[in-house]
Amino acid sequence: MALIAILLFPFWAAAGSTVADTSKAQGHDAAGKKGFNAGDMILHHITDSHEWHFFTIKKKDGSEWHAKLYLPVILYTPGEGWSFFSYHKLHEYGSYKGYQLDDQHHIVRSDGKKFFDFSLTKNVAQLLLSLVLMVILFVSVGRRYQHRGTAAPRGLQNAVEVVVVFIRDQVARPLLGHRADYYLPYLLTLFFFIWINNLLGLIPGAANVTGNISVTATLALLTFILMMAGSKRDFWLHMLAPPGVPAGVLPILVPIEFLSNVVLKPFALLIRLFANMLAGHLIILSFMSIIFLFAAMSLAAGIGASIFSVAFSVFVYLLELLVAVLQAYIFTILSALFISETGATHSHDHATAETKH
Amino acid sequence: MELLQPGLGLMFWTLIVFLTVLYILRRFAWRPILNALDQRESAIDQALKAAERTRQEMANLKSEHEALLQQARQERIAILGEANRAKERIIAEAREKAAAEAARLMEEARRDIENRKMEALVDLKNQIGNMVVDVAEQVLRHQLANRQEQEELIRKLTADLTRN
Repeated sequence: MALIAILLFPFWAAAGSTVADTSKAQGHDAAGKKGFNAGDMILHHITDSHEWHFFTIKKKDGSEWHAKLYLPVILYTPGEGWSFFSYHKLHEYGSYKGYQLDDQHHIVRSDGKKFFDFSLTKNVAQLLLSLVLMVILFVSVGRRYQHRGTAAPRGLQNAVEVVVVFIRDQVARPLLGHRADYYLPYLLTLFFFIWINNLLGLIPGAANVTGNISVTATLALLTFILMMAGSKRDFWLHMLAPPGVPAGVLPILVPIEFLSNVVLKPFALLIRLFANMLAGHLIILSFMSIIFLFAAMSLAAGIGASIFSVAFSVFVYLLELLVAVLQAYIFTILSALFISETGATHSHDHATAETKH
Repeated sequence: MELLQPGLGLMFWTLIVFLTVLYILRRFAWRPILNALDQRESAIDQALKAAERTRQEMANLKSEHEALLQQARQERIAILGEANRAKERIIAEAREKAAAEAARLMEEARRDIENRKMEALVDLKNQIGNMVVDVAEQVLRHQLANRQEQEELIRKLTADLTRN
């Protein structure tokens, strides 16, 4: 943890120092803007970015001052190696070390070559923040268990314990039986990782990490790997050579079974979390946009719309708090379910499952 | 559309972050927490079992206690009964002994009286004898003068004797 903090520090410091002189650089950028574009605003908020933008102050002379952090850019072009610089450089010079920004502010190579972007973007920065937060939170709770042993839980221990016991007794043990202890650390980490990132995403100005398809795809990929790693012969036999099915149906049934069991299940996981978290943000941002769209028409309409918009936003926000924990739970329980399905040995597992109950 | 395309860089960093969190939390959080929970659960289980055992023991002790009390009560009744019977026996015996003693005393008294009477009779007879001897002496002293008178006297005396 400390290592990561030390590694990150120079970037943050470097990024921070660029804040002051962005005012000049941003002036011409904002001047081109005409009115309020809801689509752009929403897209800007939900997509990943190489800078962390907090707010903008409009000055009297029409120029804007953006409170934002430029994040480190890490690029790799096969054959040319790694490039490593602050996003500020691209902003200031237009092109830097063979890379430049296109008209949509995406990084491209000046010579059009293919390259890979491993930058510490806004989402990555927030993931690292969530890492630090989770480690501090749970390691301190873990240490307390080590010191206090079997004594009654206190403070934060209570909050964590309820969830840990819930995941263990309601998710892992009923679904995974005797394999529960092996998968429990993964399921607990998964649940808290999603939940905490969902909640962090609700903070205004923060990145919506779990509403990003790359993040949910990675988590689904991990579940997929565990599904495949723990799969037993029975699972494949039942799927690829189902007993008691007429031979004529097999060419239709087997691909469908294969698709639904191996491909669609983890895919549904990644889409469900991504879509849910994205949708909540879209709705809130849309309500916010309504205020500005109406305000552009007239002041009274803006005020009227704001009452309606704020009320609905608060409602959706509260709903999102529920969705945050609900989606974390759904992702976790479905992961456990899918892992248990591929790892079930039929004649044997039912017997052990029954003796357990 | 950018929104729906997973980016390699972000996936890479997500993987790194998630696996780091998984590793650290597994080692420093989940393992101690789950172990402590297991320990606490077994401790609670044992405590409950111990409480149940103690309760059972208490119940046993109580019933033992009750049995002892019952036994003591019965023994008391038995002892009291025994004492009562002994008392009655002793009283009866005493009464019998007293009656026997009284009878014996009466008997003795009667025998005493009898004896005294006999003694008195013997004494009387002796005295009479002596008186007879005295009379006879006087007669004897008196007689020698007159044979007739002598015989007369004897006859008279004899008549007296027989009258007695």
